[in-house]
Amino acid sequence: MNIHEYQAKELFRQYGVNVPRGHVAFSVEEAVKAAQELGSAVTVVKAQIHAGGRGKGGGVKIAKSIDEVKEHAEAILGMQLITHQTGPEGQTVRRLYIEEGADIKTELYVGMVVDRGTGRVAVMASTEGGMEIEKVAEETPELIHTVFIDPAVGFAPYQGRELAFALGLEGKAVRQAGKFFAALYQLFIDKDCSLAEINPLVLTNGGDIIALDGKINFDDNALFRHKDIQELQDESEEDAAELEAKKHHLSYVNLDGNIGCMVNGAGLAMATMDIIKHYGAEPANFLDVGGGADAERVATAFKLITADENVKGIFINIFGGIMKCDVLAEGVVAAVKEVGLQVPLVVRLEGTNVERGKEILNTSGLNIISADSMADGAEKIIGAIS
Amino acid sequence: MSIIVDENTRVLVQGITGSVGLFHAQQMIEYGTKIVGGVTPGKGGQNATGVPVFDTVKGAVKETGANATVVYVPPPFAADAILEAIDAEVELVVAITEGIPVQDMIKVREVLQNSSTRLIGPNCPGVISPGLCKIGIMPGHIHKKGPIGVVSKSGTLTYEAVGQLSAVGLGQSTCVGIGGDPINGTGFIDVLELFEKDDETEAVIMIGEIGGTAEQEAAEWIKENFSKPIIGFVAGRTAPPGKRMGHAGAIISGGKGTADEKIDAMKDAGMLVAPTPAELASTLLKAYKK
Repeated sequence: MNIHEYQAKELFRQYGVNVPRGHVAFSVEEAVKAAQELGSAVTVVKAQIHAGGRGKGGGVKIAKSIDEVKEHAEAILGMQLITHQTGPEGQTVRRLYIEEGADIKTELYVGMVVDRGTGRVAVMASTEGGMEIEKVAEETPELIHTVFIDPAVGFAPYQGRELAFALGLEGKAVRQAGKFFAALYQLFIDKDCSLAEINPLVLTNGGDIIALDGKINFDDNALFRHKDIQELQDESEEDAAELEAKKHHLSYVNLDGNIGCMVNGAGLAMATMDIIKHYGAEPANFLDVGGGADAERVATAFKLITADENVKGIFINIFGGIMKCDVLAEGVVAAVKEVGLQVPLVVRLEGTNVERGKEILNTSGLNIISADSMADGAEKIIGAIS
Repeated sequence: MSIIVDENTRVLVQGITGSVGLFHAQQMIEYGTKIVGGVTPGKGGQNATGVPVFDTVKGAVKETGANATVVYVPPPFAADAILEAIDAEVELVVAITEGIPVQDMIKVREVLQNSSTRLIGPNCPGVISPGLCKIGIMPGHIHKKGPIGVVSKSGTLTYEAVGQLSAVGLGQSTCVGIGGDPINGTGFIDVLELFEKDDETEAVIMIGEIGGTAEQEAAEWIKENFSKPIIGFVAGRTAPPGKRMGHAGAIISGGKGTADEKIDAMKDAGMLVAPTPAELASTLLKAYKK
């Protein structure tokens, strides 16, 4: 789960991670009021969307007067902000963050992720603040300094110093950075983050370390123990179909193609997308109905697929293990009876109770094309829509 | 021979009184697995599907002589169940549970490294040596005893491989699902080391997916250390970046962990790579019959 910058910064404040003063605004009036309250010489008006690259897309503007704040807020609020992470259609800006300007001396970077190789939290710092960190990792990996945190020890003071010196910091900034990183690590652990990134992290002319931006992702598997974090979710930032799927415990990702897929198991679901592509078409979605799906969940999944207007054909690919083929068949038949079937449907069933499943489909009177293998199914559905 | 599990494996079921645990305990018993007991805290002394239930793993091990355990405990409590099994010095822990918080697994991994326990999973279908022992949730009837080893991050894709193998008359020595989570116990290389030493295993199918670098590291290792025919497949060539594809670990982040990177690494290690998931057995045959 992702949250907005202003929400991340509120969490930073709670944990003693230094941030500039700022307020969220949902309207131009609120933006003006926020700027008046801040009373700073320079104010930054920042679009709040989940994608990165907001500055380049015109979603971050500097204002030197209240009039300018108003002007920028009017321009940004409601705009369709396009960045390298939003896709060509962009994302509508519904919230602003009004923040006091910072007196920047140097732009730095700090990020935390769970490292798969070591099974530990990795803390990465770089002098290349404000750049895309993936690019830095690709082109100048020596400019990223990484320490790994022993879960039994936690973030040790020497690791804070090591990172601070690697960033070229001196004097009180070394101590401040150490405290800053330790606080960020505590937040990372307490709230089950999967990523925390501050880019840029800023050294001010006054010698202070502050977070000028903030990005946090949370481990979806741990949300059950963080009601406070669940409440931060902004549903308008999520794909509506994906949200609906999540409510029904379905794993669904919307894609650009026209063949809807329903599969059991994540690996087989990805492989089904791949084989559709291999035979020259494009999948409309990733959908894993899961091992324990009952007929009702299968029906919900089927409706989700047919609700996508781009879908010109559906391929159901099931290798029943825990999932029983007859349960799947019942769900499909029930869903078709409810919402109808306007496009070709190919079903490939294999595994537990396969004969009973095939019988249910064959005697349903529905126009279902059956397939003997994944390849056969992919070819048949592509043939049926072209 | 086989790897990891055989006819001498004595298995506990943690979470045996839950609906999922109970169903699969029955399935495993039906397959012929020696299920010697179950563990559900507070339900010690009861009986589930014909086997005794214990309050603690230590108590169960003491009474039954179990040397393996399978975990069906729900995600919020699963890591604790694994830790309990490690503390009871059970040799093999198979964690089926999907959805364990990654920070719980950081702690498990730390404890695991200072123990003699092997953990398989979490978020996996389990491990099966056909005809000898099945621990997990895979449909037993599709398997056949034979010379092919299978190691995979994905459950149903393993069934797909096994189905294709059995259909062309190739049985399996052992099939190991290592799971689709970012932090797991046993990795590709651990399993391949065992297959290399196993006399019964003559060739191997390795199935990966997007996310992380485990496939690349395994390919690098295979180049220097693996002498048997081995073919690969990687799911997710069409997966968009930044989206979690079902499994917690299946995500391309920062442009890293793509299927193409992994396929290139496999090819670089001299492996044949199945062009589609429908060609797992036929690709293996090509490498095996050479």
